[in-house]
Amino acid sequence: MHEAKVVVTLKKSVSDPQGKAILNALHSLTFNEVQEVRTGKYFEIRLAGEDKDLLEGKVRQMCDQLLANPVIEEYSCSIEAKG
Amino acid sequence: MKCSVVVFPGSNCDSDCFHSIRDVMSQPVEYVWHKETTLPPCDLVILPGGFSYGDYLRTGGIARFSPVMREVARHAKTGRAVIGICNGFQILLESGLLPGAMLRNRSLSFRCEYVSLRVENSGTMFTKNFKKGEVVKIPIAHGEGNYFCDEKTLAGLLAGNQVVFRYVTPNGAALDSANPNGSADNIAGIINGKGNVLGMMPHPERAAETILGSQDGKKIWESLLECLK
Amino acid sequence: MPEMTDTQLTRDIARSHGLTPEEYEHIKKILGRDPTVPEIGMFGVMWSEHCSYKCSRPVLKLLPREGAKVLVKAGEENAGVIDIGDGLAIAFKIESHNHPSAVEPFQGAATGVGGILRDIFTMGARPVLLMNSLRFGNLESPVARRLLRGVVAGIAHYGNCIGVPTVGGEVYFDESYEGNPLVNAMCLGILRSKELVKGIAKGTGNPVFYVGSATGRDGLGGASFASREITEASNQDRPSVQVGDPFLEKLLLEACLEMIPTGAMVGLQDMGAAGFTCSTCETAARGLAGMTVDVARVPRRETGMTPYEVLLSESQERMLLIAEKGKEDVIEKVFSKWDLHAEKVGEVTEGNLLKVYDGEKLVAEIPAKALADESPVYVCAEKEPAYLKEVQSFDPLSLPEPKDCGEVLKRLLDHPSIASKEWVYRQYDHMVRTDTVFLPGHDAALIRIKGSKKGVAVSTDCNSVYCYLDPYEGGKIAVAEAARNVVATGGVPVGLTNCLNFGNPMDPEIFWQFRRCVEGMRDACLAMNVPVTGGNVSFYNESPQGAIYPTPTIGMVGVLDDVDLRVPSFFQKEGDVIFLVGETGNDLGGTHYLAVCHGVKKGIPPRLDLEKEKKLYDLILKAGRDRLLVSCHDLSEGGLAVALAECGFSREKLLAAHCPELEKVKPDAVRTDAFLFGETQTRMVVTVEKESAEAFRKLAGENGVLCAEIGAVGAGKLKLGKWIEASMKELHAEWREALPKRVGVI
Repeated sequence: MHEAKVVVTLKKSVSDPQGKAILNALHSLTFNEVQEVRTGKYFEIRLAGEDKDLLEGKVRQMCDQLLANPVIEEYSCSIEAKG
Repeated sequence: MKCSVVVFPGSNCDSDCFHSIRDVMSQPVEYVWHKETTLPPCDLVILPGGFSYGDYLRTGGIARFSPVMREVARHAKTGRAVIGICNGFQILLESGLLPGAMLRNRSLSFRCEYVSLRVENSGTMFTKNFKKGEVVKIPIAHGEGNYFCDEKTLAGLLAGNQVVFRYVTPNGAALDSANPNGSADNIAGIINGKGNVLGMMPHPERAAETILGSQDGKKIWESLLECLK
Repeated sequence: MPEMTDTQLTRDIARSHGLTPEEYEHIKKILGRDPTVPEIGMFGVMWSEHCSYKCSRPVLKLLPREGAKVLVKAGEENAGVIDIGDGLAIAFKIESHNHPSAVEPFQGAATGVGGILRDIFTMGARPVLLMNSLRFGNLESPVARRLLRGVVAGIAHYGNCIGVPTVGGEVYFDESYEGNPLVNAMCLGILRSKELVKGIAKGTGNPVFYVGSATGRDGLGGASFASREITEASNQDRPSVQVGDPFLEKLLLEACLEMIPTGAMVGLQDMGAAGFTCSTCETAARGLAGMTVDVARVPRRETGMTPYEVLLSESQERMLLIAEKGKEDVIEKVFSKWDLHAEKVGEVTEGNLLKVYDGEKLVAEIPAKALADESPVYVCAEKEPAYLKEVQSFDPLSLPEPKDCGEVLKRLLDHPSIASKEWVYRQYDHMVRTDTVFLPGHDAALIRIKGSKKGVAVSTDCNSVYCYLDPYEGGKIAVAEAARNVVATGGVPVGLTNCLNFGNPMDPEIFWQFRRCVEGMRDACLAMNVPVTGGNVSFYNESPQGAIYPTPTIGMVGVLDDVDLRVPSFFQKEGDVIFLVGETGNDLGGTHYLAVCHGVKKGIPPRLDLEKEKKLYDLILKAGRDRLLVSCHDLSEGGLAVALAECGFSREKLLAAHCPELEKVKPDAVRTDAFLFGETQTRMVVTVEKESAEAFRKLAGENGVLCAEIGAVGAGKLKLGKWIEASMKELHAEWREALPKRVGVI
């Protein structure tokens, strides 16, 4: 068994109004050190199989085809063996 | 004009479109369940508004994998007409039949109201009954109608006269104050290069009868009827 | 017989489930033994006030429920149903979700909408509109602002996604609701009368299906928390906030409605409060049947759930469906089309027992009727509240008159309760289904029915300050004003649903308020011949500052036989003649003007004469049918001046009331502030075309209703005698910006 963790965020070039709203809220709570907030989506995917490289390749395919929209989003993923 | 209204799980403007075509336009229309692998013979495919798959993951992001979408793409490829309204527009973007993507409204809130639109291209089969530059009233109802595309794509849309509707003030100025969702260049609707696939956030089926307050949307059906007769 | 636990232990558990020692003894008598833990849970929840109305029932009986067109009466089913002709019927109900919304405004409000929708489509009706009556504390408080934002977003989330338009309602702000907001959601659905579906289980051997979402530990709060060790529920962090899934409910709605024409369905019931328990015992009790179910077959989304938890879970988007034996495959086909669970969990049996198994093991065995219908009934102590004398003895006429009436008008229009609610309804999809004839902002919401000439008008209403100052009169006015709103649009009131929001009923003063409000409602219903078809009671609406104002929210439903005869609330064109219909008195007690400009919520509220009220309805409905009316608007908070300003705020074009000689209409005995801002009941502002003015005047005379021509529709400035001259543009901005300026632009 493996578990993949995928984080999908808006590309830097795309404005993130939710992130901006959170930034403003943090400032109004006096967290003035906050420079920028970017929001995103997080996925935990449990996978059957032992071949980590193969599975990682599959997870990337999942991201390309469904989990992220390449027009506006980018992603990062990591994978590790789980009992 | 034979029409098909595709029904995805979570579609909720399917019956409105159906009513608009059958009862207002007196044209034949049938529902097509998203699991179908064939489309009935038809001139126009309507992808209606709603919350297909609950808008989970991304608006339209899951619906594009419905079996019927392969047929919709084939239908489009042969040059026949497809219109995606609201969630239908989002599905067209996700499936690559139109360029770009939708972001959340910049206000982060859902907005339902009549808006003023300027008809930017009256040469399409969807808009030939409008005058170029005409300002019309059609309602919007969405939380993610903030159209986005990169600069190159936008330049391509402009060069190809593919921006069909823009959000404007009641007297026709495309000001930021008239933009209800933050959409790039006040874009409310675009068409593909071939001119047979239209995506728009406003709901023409909600503005097709006097009792509902506007008949401006009906002109889209009338334009199509003339072209597809 | 189910396996038993220690007797003393079960007594303690019973107490922690809110069952009194007497109730426990009664349960023992019913069962002929000590109850098991799951049985205690089942009785605890079914005999709670929420499910059994054990305190309120004797008072609710006062309300008239009968009517020639009532197909399903109050209390019989999930919602009342009224025949509206042409083979059509309407099912409607209003229900509270106050406490969940106070804890988690977004999900609380969303699941409130989800619940009321299920109550309607279980009747076989397609939900066609939603309304809400919302009350929050003063918007100066950040808590009230957070609650408002959350509740509105939650309602929008659920209603927009499922595709049922939220077409109207009301939003009030008052300190009384600080920390205890009211979220009352109403839904109306349309069905073919002959396709009415009931929540009934009958036909021995008929299979019982569980359909919809899987069961989790949602909503297991209070009582079950107290008994955690005993039920050996492992999970420490049980969520007690229910989370709604409008997408799943949309699928459930379509699947259930698709079942109707198949004829494979015997009965259908929502799993709301007390979910599985309530739906099984109520359907069996209604069908005078027994039922055997196996909780082990209930689909779950959490592991390790005990039978007790499955029986009491309040997970959303679930239904119990009783099918015809031999037609199981039809059920499975329809539900699998919509990607939903349809799990056979039991069957209808002979006799009257509800038997609950966990696999092989019997965990509960109770006569279904005992759970559903035989809770004890209590007569609560009551006492006239001490505050009443003090507040009623205040004489508003002792206050000075305002110097600048224009300024008063501006302040009233800027008050969030009177101001435009565009900020709210713009977040709701109020046009989906393409039936919304009146966009929000009119006196009543109005939808058409496709394929018929008919229209349905709905209004929610309650002036809780009146109810606080005089519960009887307040209850009466709540009904009358809701009816007046419906009548103003041309609708004939056919029935009402109510949501009775009060404080702790064990407080004799609160219970007195409750009874008096209901008595007022009864008298108004009888006078207008409008039956009550259902609703709910919400007690314990209190915050550390005390109980909320008594708030019996009315959801009034009217029918227009011809929707083309509708009357809008806004002025339509310049030159039309404006009439003030009804008499004006010195009614300042409990008015908005008094609260906003003098900071006083005291005095005797306006009195309502039911006979005059009825005459007014007859006049307005007749004038509407004769096409005499161009517009018609009810006078309420803020009185004549506010009503005249509002009439001009149409979306298309600002129009203005020109009443330069308004002084001449004011009776000498009436003070200027009472004339302009007082809230005398039974009044309307109507406009008619110049040519029809005489006909209208004559009709009013024939109907014995006083009316006075007060001016004409113009543009530019609102002119009310020598008292007020103000730019409509400025007034409109004041009214429109009041909410966004306080809670943020969207």
